[in-house]
Amino acid sequence: MNSAINATNATMAPVATPYFFYGLATLAIVSAFLVITRRNVVHSALALIVTLLSVAGLYLMLYAPFVAGVQIIVYAGGVMVLFLFVIMLVNIDRSYKEKRFSGLWPIGLAAASALFTLFLFAFIKGRALFPDRMMLLPESSNTQQIAGLLYGDAGKMGQYTFAFEIASLLLLVAILAAVVMTKKRA
Amino acid sequence: MPDFVTSYLGSTLTPGEAGNQFWALVYVFVIFAGVSLAVMSMNWLERKALAHFQIRLGPMRTGPHGLLQPIADAIKLLLKEDIIPAGADRFVFWVAPLIGLLAAFTVYTVIPFGPSQAVSDMNIGILFMLGVSSLGVLGVVVAGWASNSNYPLIGALRSSAQMVSYEVAMGLAVVSAILMTSLNETGTGTLSMIGIVRAQQEQGVWFIFKFFPLGLIAFIVFAIAMVAETNRAPFDMAEAESELTAGYHTEYSGLRWSLFMLAEYAAMISVSSIAVTLWLGGWMRPFSRLLRGSAWDLIFSLFPAVTFMGLAAVAFVGVVRMPRRSDFKVQKIGLAVFGWLLGFIALMLLIIAIAGRSNGAAIPSTVNQSIGYIYWFLLKVAVFMYLFIWYRATWPRYRFDQLMRVGWKVLLPISLTVLVATAIVGILLS
Amino acid sequence: MTLSDENAANIVAGTTQDHVSGNDSPKTYLDSNELIINMGPQHPATHGVLRVILKLDGERVLGTECVIGYLHRGVEKIAENRTYAMFNPYVDRMDYVAAVSNGLGYCEAVEKLLNVEAPARAKYIRVILAELNRIASHQLWLGTHALDIGAMTPLFYTFRDREEILKIFEKYCGARLTTHAFRIGGCLYETYAGFEKEVKNFVKFVTPKIDEYEALLTGNRIWMERTKNVGVISGPDCIALGVTGPVLRASGVQWDVRKAQPYAAYSEFEFEIPVGTTGDTYDRYLVRMSEMRQSLRIIEQAVNGLPEGPIMAKVPKVIKPPVGEIYHSIESPKGELGYFIVSDGTTQPYRLRVRPPSFVNLQALDVMVRGLLVADVVAVIGTIDIVLGEVDR
Repeated sequence: MNSAINATNATMAPVATPYFFYGLATLAIVSAFLVITRRNVVHSALALIVTLLSVAGLYLMLYAPFVAGVQIIVYAGGVMVLFLFVIMLVNIDRSYKEKRFSGLWPIGLAAASALFTLFLFAFIKGRALFPDRMMLLPESSNTQQIAGLLYGDAGKMGQYTFAFEIASLLLLVAILAAVVMTKKRA
Repeated sequence: MPDFVTSYLGSTLTPGEAGNQFWALVYVFVIFAGVSLAVMSMNWLERKALAHFQIRLGPMRTGPHGLLQPIADAIKLLLKEDIIPAGADRFVFWVAPLIGLLAAFTVYTVIPFGPSQAVSDMNIGILFMLGVSSLGVLGVVVAGWASNSNYPLIGALRSSAQMVSYEVAMGLAVVSAILMTSLNETGTGTLSMIGIVRAQQEQGVWFIFKFFPLGLIAFIVFAIAMVAETNRAPFDMAEAESELTAGYHTEYSGLRWSLFMLAEYAAMISVSSIAVTLWLGGWMRPFSRLLRGSAWDLIFSLFPAVTFMGLAAVAFVGVVRMPRRSDFKVQKIGLAVFGWLLGFIALMLLIIAIAGRSNGAAIPSTVNQSIGYIYWFLLKVAVFMYLFIWYRATWPRYRFDQLMRVGWKVLLPISLTVLVATAIVGILLS
Repeated sequence: MTLSDENAANIVAGTTQDHVSGNDSPKTYLDSNELIINMGPQHPATHGVLRVILKLDGERVLGTECVIGYLHRGVEKIAENRTYAMFNPYVDRMDYVAAVSNGLGYCEAVEKLLNVEAPARAKYIRVILAELNRIASHQLWLGTHALDIGAMTPLFYTFRDREEILKIFEKYCGARLTTHAFRIGGCLYETYAGFEKEVKNFVKFVTPKIDEYEALLTGNRIWMERTKNVGVISGPDCIALGVTGPVLRASGVQWDVRKAQPYAAYSEFEFEIPVGTTGDTYDRYLVRMSEMRQSLRIIEQAVNGLPEGPIMAKVPKVIKPPVGEIYHSIESPKGELGYFIVSDGTTQPYRLRVRPPSFVNLQALDVMVRGLLVADVVAVIGTIDIVLGEVDR
């Protein structure tokens, strides 16, 4: 099985990688911009879906198909549907009248530029800071690697098993809390 | 035949894996056309089969036995006025059917009609399918909202809640099938659609019979969830015409409405394909282990030809049974031509099956094998499509709260239990 | 179709006072839990032009208000301006799916007023046709009710078999739906040649068909889940509301005018009154199914014992009943159909009042659907089995 996968990856010749990257990145940025500028919340939500999908596309380009798939299932297919659910029941007309970008925008701008500086720094100094791990990937399938990190390989516990389980427990608590809070007092 | 065609026919890789962009494009085109054609014939079949369930005849006037009815419908829908309600959100209203259609068709890229008959064999095939088909919900939600009307809104809320809920049970049932793929020497399973069928091939058993009855239960859970997922009877809440007129697409007309229908039927075919791939051995012929040997291979390779012969025979019986009146002349000729066409296909298939037995023949045996793969896959899918019609004719509609109860309180615990049981049995046996 | 307009709110003022007369803060959809939805008069599941205004909390029904009268033709007023014989065809237009029963009730009421009795043969013919009509009515009910719940196939089966009944009607009196089969004092038409054989054949034909309907629905899990414990109404509630017919019997009250106050020739036949226990939609379904079987029993007995003799009593050419008033009721497929006629001694009734079962039974809708879901409203409207022509008259 492993050898087959290796063969697969060897034959997989990336096509026009930079163009796809720039296309997806532009799409992600433009739609992200639309998310915060549209007055109609449903339009914002749709733009957000486009953002998430283009990010999923970027994951695919990084040979991380599992993350891309999960991104589509969880965010684009699950979370955004719930978002739309809520948004649809809100009176749209009211949001047109409301003032947007309340006084906090300078802080937001500052935070965004700080993040941008960080990214820029990481981009320039990146190779020194983070060793390039890309080359390690194709040794087995991406999904298997993730499984190894999360659940452990060959009988020994994975690197993140404990953290992963804790996170899932937290989510369970959150679900229970939500159920309790929304439950009607009969 | 051109060299690149014949050279590809022998390939054991999908075009996507082989990096063969020409064949990938050909596959995309063939699948798009094929699915559209399948939806049209499904439309005809549903109307006819449903009619016969209900002691009616169904379409009879447009072409012999209404065979041209889907084409007439398509023309009608194309020419119909495209109404956008005054209060609708025009852009969203326009984009909603496209989302549904895109989601329904993108799924086909990873459906394996054979070991190399797919656009691409993705590493995360099944995950990709579930993810993309879950995007179809967005089309429904957004369509209901954009119509700016109460019935579509309620219909959209209902069907999206339904689709999201049943995805959970469906996903867990799928996981238990994926778990079965890991029962090999390496102990690692696969999410690839082709890999899943290969695993069934290696283990020599369709997953529906694996760990009996665990595989069967998981399959049944999936089979129920997939009906709910596609909003078909008895879970056609969204289209409960006695309550909500037509659900989320009430305000749609003409071409846009037909896009919704196209998406619905395409989704039906794709979920059936998932079921076939995961539990029914995908492209494998039945009894591939029990009835082995070249004689059996030959017999099974005759099935496609025999099927088409049967269809041709049905057409000719129809010709004979038509009234002997002059106004039936055109219909009679039409049906006879259709019958001859089917017969011709049957003949071609027969020639390929006989001539393509050995490797040294004029027609490579891979062609013969490929036809077999595609035939068995499509036959299994067709059984599901017929079941969809059968359900619709037989059962009343579930109430919404009952439907949610079935999804969350019945199917979900069952699929969870099956998942855990499969894992335990798998560990004990390995 | 869906309104939450002031009109609708005013009509349900009884149940939504807080909504109408409450504070005048602008409506915000997020805060209001109650939604007023208008169902009908053009809605596929209201069986005609019934308009129901629903007060909902989410999908749960808090209250209903039926708005009727869209099919009002003033039948009772017309009666005051027509002679007794001339009014006879009008009653067919009330419950148009059970026209024979309507005519039967009217003719018998006038006969009672005239103190005339129809001959035995006429009575038997009346019973046969009325029971055939009961089956036809129940078949139509079953088909549409199942369709409302989402099972589309039974509709076609019931319509196929109802067709045979309509064929018999057509052969007998020339009409299929609004038959005008009976006259005051008996029947106008003698049975046609082969009538008895055809009716017997029909009984033989339809008995397995009823099993066929039951095979599709009775044990069907989805059907049971959709109908069991839906639209429950207790016997005392039914009596308090004046509900009659299969709805009453499904709630466990053994009341059938055919047995309680036998009319026509019903006292001469053996049949049972099917009774339910829980009074839910499923019980009403079962009661109607076994009623069809009982009707077949009655038809068989009546055809076998069809006496010879005249079919018309001696009735004066000009019908001029003595001064007085009369109430006569029969068991129509939908319940107790009563006629109250006041005669002032002229050729036209002074007042004619119809007690339509559909109208009275419809009152039970509110009791039945409170606390249920919108989808159940559709099922309950179907199970009450109303005909708007009779509700509105």
